[in-house]
Amino acid sequence: MSENKEKMITVYIMGKAYEVPFGLTIMKAMEYAGYRFIRGSGCRAGFCGACATVYRNKGEYKFQTALACQATAEDGMYLAQLPFVPANRKEYDIAMINPEKNVLSEYYPEINRCVSCNTCTKSCPQELDVMYYIQAAIRGDYGEVSKLSFDCIQCGLCAARCPAEITHYHVAQLARRIYGKYHLQIPEHLLKRIEDIDAGKFDNEIGKLKKMGMKELKEEYTSRTIEKIQRGEVTQ
Amino acid sequence: MKIPYFPGCTLKATAKSFEVSGIAVGKELGIEFVEMPRWNCCGTVYSLATDDLMHQLAPVRNLAVVESDMEENRVVSFCSMCYNTLRQANNLVINDPEKLKTINEFMDTEKDYRGGVEPLHLLQVLGEVGTKEMEKRVKKPLTGLKLVPYYGCTLVRPEDVSIDDPRDPSIMEEIMKAMGADIIDIEYKTECCGSYQTITNRDAVVERTRKIIESAREAGGDVIILSCPLCDFNLEDRQREVREKYHGFIEMPVLYFTQLMALAMGLEDKAGFEGNQIDPRPLLEERGLLEG
Ligand code: FES
Repeated sequence: MSENKEKMITVYIMGKAYEVPFGLTIMKAMEYAGYRFIRGSGCRAGFCGACATVYRNKGEYKFQTALACQATAEDGMYLAQLPFVPANRKEYDIAMINPEKNVLSEYYPEINRCVSCNTCTKSCPQELDVMYYIQAAIRGDYGEVSKLSFDCIQCGLCAARCPAEITHYHVAQLARRIYGKYHLQIPEHLLKRIEDIDAGKFDNEIGKLKKMGMKELKEEYTSRTIEKIQRGEVTQ
Repeated sequence: MKIPYFPGCTLKATAKSFEVSGIAVGKELGIEFVEMPRWNCCGTVYSLATDDLMHQLAPVRNLAVVESDMEENRVVSFCSMCYNTLRQANNLVINDPEKLKTINEFMDTEKDYRGGVEPLHLLQVLGEVGTKEMEKRVKKPLTGLKLVPYYGCTLVRPEDVSIDDPRDPSIMEEIMKAMGADIIDIEYKTECCGSYQTITNRDAVVERTRKIIESAREAGGDVIILSCPLCDFNLEDRQREVREKYHGFIEMPVLYFTQLMALAMGLEDKAGFEGNQIDPRPLLEERGLLEG
């Protein structure tokens, strides 16, 4: 931040006006105004999905969604933080599931109420094709759901905005678990690596690392060589 | 011919044999069905029941994808219900630019639909190929097989979406005649199968199915052919309940017309008969159309 004359903007946090410096994220702007995040904040780097937020821009009618730790606060914004999305999540035992059936429809029958309005897609801060993965879930296509939802960070904004009360991210998580457990092949190189680990192949190396001090460890880390591997190639 | 293809949910799930056989038949006739790169439910459940525009979003978005992403002006679906839904939505927004504007505004960040796509049913596309071309591809004529075409409602009603004469359609007859089959015309061919009543009013559907199958039987038919997964469920799967209720009722195979086209064209590995609730294979073997 520059020493003299920062540009200040006005934001409305839960309806009340505050002056905050320009250039802060929504989260930082709220903290600057005096709010403290006990919940609704985690990694502060756009990965954990804890900081789902809703806002409206000055002069616009649209209700907007974002991650508070990522979106920049703009002049005239109306802000409010969602500490938690109380979305329905079913309990299941992944080992007891019949992967040949469409269990997504069974556990989450409300997916069939999707009217394809696409509001979920528009609300997604990860820019995923949320509506299309719900459509794939209706058809029981675990692979497609997994592919389309892979970058989901479970912020819950889709569920908060859905007129059909679907809890998209929980549906997708179940689909990915089923797909991972029952439909994807276990990669051979992974099996081999596990064998190596069990056989103690790396015990020596790990033992050395464990004994290093912080400084040594840092040096080791920065001077390490990274093996370049071709796509699909398996390292020895 | 290459044509954008809208599959609809059922053809990817319980009606796979319809898709596989239809695509195979198309290939044989030089039609490439190019599946839309992305698509959602045709919107049938809601869009027919109400004028609530929210429920027109599904069909309209599909048409917009064909128009903008594929830059095409036609799209075909195999399922009669999907066809009907896409077509009705298209008519609605073309005839009412205000409604189209409202829908486009709601979709805002998505691409607008401008009304430039014609939804077609598979029968119409095959009709374009013509029976002469089809006859040339027949390797095993369906001689002696008495087919009863069943259109149900969604191919012919309401009138402004009808793919043929709404009171007496014959497009399926012509195609199947070209496959060498005999055609039996029944009064009920455009009668409703009971549609979604099958969930809330199952018995009405059981009765309806009995009426249709018995009339087909009395007219001397061997097999019902159709092009709608829901009609198929009602007319085929519900026969078990008819049999339980009425002793002496004899089941009749119900097939997608493409399954028999595939058989006639020597593509029986694509016909998917093993997926049918009422196994048509004994009958087809008896008629010398399949090896036992
Ligand atoms: S705090 Fe983790 S994504 Fe924002």
